[in-house]
Amino acid sequence: MLTILVLLTVSPLFIGIINRVKSVCAGRQGPGLLQPYFDYLRLFRKSQVVSPATSFIFQLAPTISWTTVFFAGLLIPFGPRPAVISFPGDFILLAYVLAFGRFFALLSAMDTGSSFEGMGASREVTFATLVEPAFFILFSTITFLSGFRSLSDVFAALHQNDSWTLIVISLSVLILFLMMLVEGSRLPIDDPNTHLELTMIHEVMVLDNSGPDLGLILYGTAMKLAAIGLLIANLLVPPGFDMPFLMVLFLGILFVLAVAIGILESSMARLRMVHVPQFVLVMTSIGLLILSFVFFSIGGHR
Amino acid sequence: MNWKITKNNKPIGIADIPRGNVQQLRNALINQCRQGKRVVSFFGHPDRKGMVLFAVLTDDQNSRLLVACADLGAERAYPSITPEVPALHLFEREIFEQFGIEPQGHPWLKPVRYPFRRFDPSQNIGNYPFFRIEGEDIHEVGVGPIHAGIIEPGHFRFQCRGEKIHHLEIQLGYQHRGVEELFVGPINPGEPRFKPHLAERIAGDSAVAHATAYAQIMESLARIEVSRRAQAIRAIALELERIAVHVGDLGAISNDIAHLLGSAVFGAIRTAVINTSLSLCGSRFGQGLIRPGGVLYDLDDELKERMKRTLNKVLEDVIRMSESMLATSSVLSRLEKTGIVTKQQALDIGLVGPVARASGVAMDTRADHPFGNYRYFPIHKITMPGGDVFARTFMRYVEIKQSVNFILEQLEHFSREGSLSDPVENLMAEGFCVSMVEGWRGEIAHVVLTDIQGNPVRYKIKDPSFNNWLGLAIAVRNNGISDFPLCNKSFNLSYSGHDL
Repeated sequence: MLTILVLLTVSPLFIGIINRVKSVCAGRQGPGLLQPYFDYLRLFRKSQVVSPATSFIFQLAPTISWTTVFFAGLLIPFGPRPAVISFPGDFILLAYVLAFGRFFALLSAMDTGSSFEGMGASREVTFATLVEPAFFILFSTITFLSGFRSLSDVFAALHQNDSWTLIVISLSVLILFLMMLVEGSRLPIDDPNTHLELTMIHEVMVLDNSGPDLGLILYGTAMKLAAIGLLIANLLVPPGFDMPFLMVLFLGILFVLAVAIGILESSMARLRMVHVPQFVLVMTSIGLLILSFVFFSIGGHR
Repeated sequence: MNWKITKNNKPIGIADIPRGNVQQLRNALINQCRQGKRVVSFFGHPDRKGMVLFAVLTDDQNSRLLVACADLGAERAYPSITPEVPALHLFEREIFEQFGIEPQGHPWLKPVRYPFRRFDPSQNIGNYPFFRIEGEDIHEVGVGPIHAGIIEPGHFRFQCRGEKIHHLEIQLGYQHRGVEELFVGPINPGEPRFKPHLAERIAGDSAVAHATAYAQIMESLARIEVSRRAQAIRAIALELERIAVHVGDLGAISNDIAHLLGSAVFGAIRTAVINTSLSLCGSRFGQGLIRPGGVLYDLDDELKERMKRTLNKVLEDVIRMSESMLATSSVLSRLEKTGIVTKQQALDIGLVGPVARASGVAMDTRADHPFGNYRYFPIHKITMPGGDVFARTFMRYVEIKQSVNFILEQLEHFSREGSLSDPVENLMAEGFCVSMVEGWRGEIAHVVLTDIQGNPVRYKIKDPSFNNWLGLAIAVRNNGISDFPLCNKSFNLSYSGHDL
């Protein structure tokens, strides 16, 4: 329950922090931290324009995308507090709920019939295909290591105080951080600030959306970023902390992640499009590394 | 066939230009181009007896211009020169569009800039014959004429296979305003004799360069020389324009590859530079400064000192930012080997300016055909091998340093003797004059023909964009479509300069 509350309330602030860090690094004053809240509010108050070339899918898709992220939030535990929905193998549902949302976003992009949006959809699906194996390899590894199959149990059981676990956790955090950049369409994969249609991935798919639909899409992306951030926090925070301090720890980790993304975005240029698959495949290779490591060295759960 | 030898800003009589038939001109032109001459201008002008084709070539090694013309009489066609000299392709298309004179055998005879062909209105912008590649994996992406951001209108059509561009066709003409025709005259009583305001608006980012070319051509026709003081101010303004746009381009290139620091810092530096133009003449883009006969604004000691301080600061900041940015591996990975134009391609299609120099072609009007104060303070031509986006970016950085040092030298030697502006009178009757200026984008060439009263009857403008748009189309071939905006920024061509 706490996860979904944090996602709903804190995720726009997460984007706000990234933007603020970027502006400070560039020597600008930058927008206020709460600007994303005002942006989403403004979009929700607007009316929307719908292209006559589109079908009902175009209007349905933003709601579905947002709902899938919301549902994903129900599957993510908050430290020792189990997720709202928790059952063995729930991480598979987590992956495919998000994939379902993406599927509708892709359909909606194709629905507009614009060559830009088709191009964006093609890019998005290419990179998503490459992210999926990384996600499954990672979660198979940690379920294998912990011996449990639902996310809530996995995270609780993972924290054995030995060096093996530490190595596995730190590599997993690295994978999830890279996944955050890909899923949240951040640098160096995608440039959330660009106006150049030809270079966009995620942004170009929503060029035709406006008003509340656009608000939902942006809100959903922010929530997705924060959701992966919470997965990282779950990996990092060992059990045994209680409520006020647990909250501080989780929010602190989210803050650090936002600052890290902000600094990363300020310090490098975007990847060339043909190099993006290589970047994404790095996640899969690290995942395979952990898997083989766990499999051969530790030999499964203890 | 003979050629009349002249120089930059040296008027000649129309009657002195050797005249032959088209076949002779064609052979002579092909012959000269094989010997390394370049085409500056090639245009048609109808006189009493019929169409006359004028050709202006440049001999960069000897700082000479070669002029000749051919009587077409009543003929409406001639064998195209483009297959032999590809750099002429757009000039021939232009003549066909304006007068219906067909270059037979032209490989790419398409509209240039008019909404419809003057001699065949059925050929219009709506049924532009785009090149198309057919095939299962081929898809077509059309961008524009309305773009995101503050960009002029123009249509780009990509033939792609997946992410790779096979062919880009650029269709322009949306900015056509009839500038060349507006320079003709005065036709009506009360119309001003000189139109520097118009020249400043040929291409808004090259206001100083075009105004200089216009002023020089009028002064040459009046056979006067403006004071060294006015020449120095013109040179300073021209270099300020170059610095401002180059710095802005570096910022735009950083922005395109999402390098935030570069984008922010170069944006801030650009403001300092254009504000220097503002304090010189009241316009950040240098409008209203240059008039035939001289300049309108003086450079006093206080401004001189301020300019020195600002430019030293600009130089320091540009060096620090560029050195750090161009040493970042993620930046280099985007810039290097992207959008390559080889030296041979650059020579074949007649690229000019920093874009050509970045492909290793040594040409700079300031050095090859010095004008104004560049006759006394020579500019060193800089070239780079490579021809990729990195070379074009680095060329800008180097040119900024060169221009800042040039202005500092000008300020050092600046003297307030001599008048700011001299009267321009008694324009040469039935004269012909070419004025070339190295704008920040490259070689700007204005050509004028005057009537018996010395008023222009034909004013031909060639903005460097006219040469370089094809270079962009060549550069993006076999590159990713997502690298197109970056290639485009590295050329930064003018739509209105092309469309006139």
